[in-house]
Amino acid sequence: MNSKQIISLEVNGDKRDVTVLGTETLLTVLRDQLGLTGTKRGCNQGVCGACTIMVDGFAVRSCLSIAGFFDGANLITVEGLAKNRVLSPVQQAFAEKGAVQCGFCTSGMMLAANALLEKKSNPTIEEIKEGISGNLCRCSGYKKIIDAVQEAARLIEARAGVS
Amino acid sequence: MNKMTPEIVGGVGDSPRKVETTEKVLGRAKYIDDLYRPNMLHGAILPSPHAHAKIISYSVEAARALPGVKCVITGDDFGDDFMGPFIKDEGAIAKGKVRYIGEPVCAVAATTKKIAKTALGLIEVEYEVLAPVLSMVEAIAGDAPIIHEGLESYTKIFEAVSYDNVMSETTLSEGDVDNAWSDCDLIVENVYETQAQNHMPIETCGALAEEDGNGRIELWSANQSVFRVQANVCETLGLPMSKLRCLTPTIGGGFGNKMEAHVQPIVVKLAMETGLPVKIVLSREEDFEMIRARHPFRIWIKTGVKSDGSFVARDVNILMDGGAFSDDSPGVLGFAVLCSRGPYRIPNMRSFGRVVYTNHLRFAAFRGFGNPQVNFASEAQIDEIANKLGMDPIEIRQKNAIEAGDTWFGGQIIESSGLKECLEKAKLASNWDAKRNNIKSDRNYKRRGLGIAVCGHISGLLGTGAIIRLLEDGTVALNTGATDIGQGSDTVLSQMAAEALKVPLENISLAQPDTDGSPFNWGTTASRVTYTTGRAVVGAAKEVEDQVKKAASQMLECSEDDLELVPGGKVGLKGVPGHEVSFFDISKFTHWGVGGPIVGSHTLVYENPSIDPKRAVASGTPFSNIGAYAFNATVVEVEVDERTGSCEVLEVWSATDVGRAINPALVEGQLEGGFVQGLGYALFEEMIWDNGRLANPNLMDYKVPGSMDVPYDIHSIIVEHPEPDGPFGAKGVGEVCIVAVPGSIANAILHAADVKMRKLPMSSERVFDALRDKEENNAT
Repeated sequence: MNSKQIISLEVNGDKRDVTVLGTETLLTVLRDQLGLTGTKRGCNQGVCGACTIMVDGFAVRSCLSIAGFFDGANLITVEGLAKNRVLSPVQQAFAEKGAVQCGFCTSGMMLAANALLEKKSNPTIEEIKEGISGNLCRCSGYKKIIDAVQEAARLIEARAGVS
Repeated sequence: MNKMTPEIVGGVGDSPRKVETTEKVLGRAKYIDDLYRPNMLHGAILPSPHAHAKIISYSVEAARALPGVKCVITGDDFGDDFMGPFIKDEGAIAKGKVRYIGEPVCAVAATTKKIAKTALGLIEVEYEVLAPVLSMVEAIAGDAPIIHEGLESYTKIFEAVSYDNVMSETTLSEGDVDNAWSDCDLIVENVYETQAQNHMPIETCGALAEEDGNGRIELWSANQSVFRVQANVCETLGLPMSKLRCLTPTIGGGFGNKMEAHVQPIVVKLAMETGLPVKIVLSREEDFEMIRARHPFRIWIKTGVKSDGSFVARDVNILMDGGAFSDDSPGVLGFAVLCSRGPYRIPNMRSFGRVVYTNHLRFAAFRGFGNPQVNFASEAQIDEIANKLGMDPIEIRQKNAIEAGDTWFGGQIIESSGLKECLEKAKLASNWDAKRNNIKSDRNYKRRGLGIAVCGHISGLLGTGAIIRLLEDGTVALNTGATDIGQGSDTVLSQMAAEALKVPLENISLAQPDTDGSPFNWGTTASRVTYTTGRAVVGAAKEVEDQVKKAASQMLECSEDDLELVPGGKVGLKGVPGHEVSFFDISKFTHWGVGGPIVGSHTLVYENPSIDPKRAVASGTPFSNIGAYAFNATVVEVEVDERTGSCEVLEVWSATDVGRAINPALVEGQLEGGFVQGLGYALFEEMIWDNGRLANPNLMDYKVPGSMDVPYDIHSIIVEHPEPDGPFGAKGVGEVCIVAVPGSIANAILHAADVKMRKLPMSSERVFDALRDKEENNAT
């Protein structure tokens, strides 16, 4: 498990080659090697969801993802959501709807919401609850997060209509 | 709930997005674990494997010899300097003995985290194991092992009643309880028990310290008060405060656990020993075992009433597990005693409480500060009384609810109370009368109930300050030293400054807490920042207003009395629109012409006494001035599954008197979040010890509410009875929203399934047992 390996990742559109140890996770690659600290470590056990990122279109817990298995993968982290300094619909909605308190769960929560909205463009409250059920928030009552995901769905639709 | 001055964007009553929100959604906000320094070392802490043991010797040579290890410290490297907000009984690291499993015994700094952890495994500590005290009942047994042999000699900052394993004892009484029972038509007596709850902010505790060449130390840490961090580190390391600068990164939540010290003294010591920056961020498991949690309580409570429902007398006896060190425990006990009457008129009242040392981790401040525990007992018992009298639970509460002009237990005069309005509004919104009398589940084996509980809770306590400077261009710099832990105080304090100076919110900058530059702020605790720091902001803004008026009077050649602030950052002649000067011109005038740069400041200590010696007899009370009271009424609709005992909260109405909502959306955020944290406490959160070792120190085994466990329909009802001396009338809202939650759910379960839940959490197992016991009793 101590063998080193060089892997290629596409992270937020940039190609990054990193050297990883056998046990190293995507979370430590992102935070400690690439300086992308927006992805958070809450439990390191796959329960809290603060470390959620998108890998090839799916929401994945980076703390449980052994980096060596992800050679060639396409990763999106919170730092990759905004484009040209414009907030993504999910970011915009989280900010507007008061879904952010301490913010420590926010990155993971937004990535989980993003993955949900890619599968379901207009989710119901129950579907949103299920979609974010792997992400813990200790500050809010989830209500404003749910409102934000619904708002994000509306924003995505509105932006698609404009373009 | 309306905007105060419509022209001011982001003023009082408006709900602008929080000032730091964009940084957070971009993932750019920097929390403690996101901070790095060049040449930074990583620290690790060796926890005690024993609940109670003498330390005989350390063997650290092998760890020191490991390549990459820069420093290993043990209790031998520390003096006998103790910290503690009430009783100074705790060092930076264990010395001489260990008192709980998880207590820091040794620490290492190394070039990588991995080397630091490996080094811990090479340290050998020889212990002589002592008999542990594993419960509060064991702690007060006659033959209990003594946990703090030096208790008598510890420095205490109040007249503490301390002996054996009793850390602190508090009594408070009014009227004549013993002779009042004969006036009662009904007397009910019960015992209630509550459990340990972990704070569990998603961010664990951590710190990063670095010493400069002059021996001055800079310390960044997850905190709720840079000033408490400074005091704790300096006390335990024997440093003058002028040598330590404490700063705050973005905080990933804190519900009391980041108020007093966690790893900061150890990290500073490692930085001083190595001369290099050192960071420690705890793992979730370490955080669970090493830091702190909500106190378990055992509450005996006896209440006597008249047949018309009026409360006559109450006697309360509280036993609290304080854990291994005192931390905030004496304060929590004092406040629990003060809140044991609830927000009611009860003329004859006696409350006695003890908090005891045990070999558990420190129990400490946690959102509600002792009030949720006694409130659960009080509110659950009141429904039992109401049922016996055949009274409606809201009616009996309305009958006894305190109002403005009444006194709190102890004698403090209540200046504002929206409690009755909260009850009325929660009743209307929940359609109480119709639902309560005719509630049914449409699902098989499910029973529905509606329950209510109410509370009062302080906002206040201790010292705080604010400094407002007018910058050269007339925009405004605010500095308060208050740590925003996510609740939004940076925004609320900025809104107050904007409103007071009649400038748009975007013209206010807010300095982050820094002991080098910020005025003292006791901390983000006791629901105090909006109310207490807000008062300082309003006071400082008044000074700025006086100074800009003075300058404008010279510029406009008129009397200051004829001037007023004009929205948009201007001073104008009253009644003469357009005859005005801008803050820009005023600031140029004062910086470069006459008077000097404009700086306003204001400081205060909360002043109203909580005990009136003419009304009440008190001993061992840790606070003399506690704060203004906010009020809440929480109604919940709950469904109980008869087959499993599991309870689901379907809908919530949380009516809260906040005095004045400075930012209504942020008030809602507190009401919703406080309810959900209370739901976890009421229904499933519980730290469980197995022979002194925490059996569930991780999120797999310690459950906190997720999105599937909570209702979407949490209705926030904002009630505004302004506090006369509050900033724009505001009171605090951070804790009042959690206090009544366990009682409301217990009462809804009682209504749904006719079982009396007197122990938290009301897990499905406990509710199932209660349902089965009821069936068996009915059968016999």
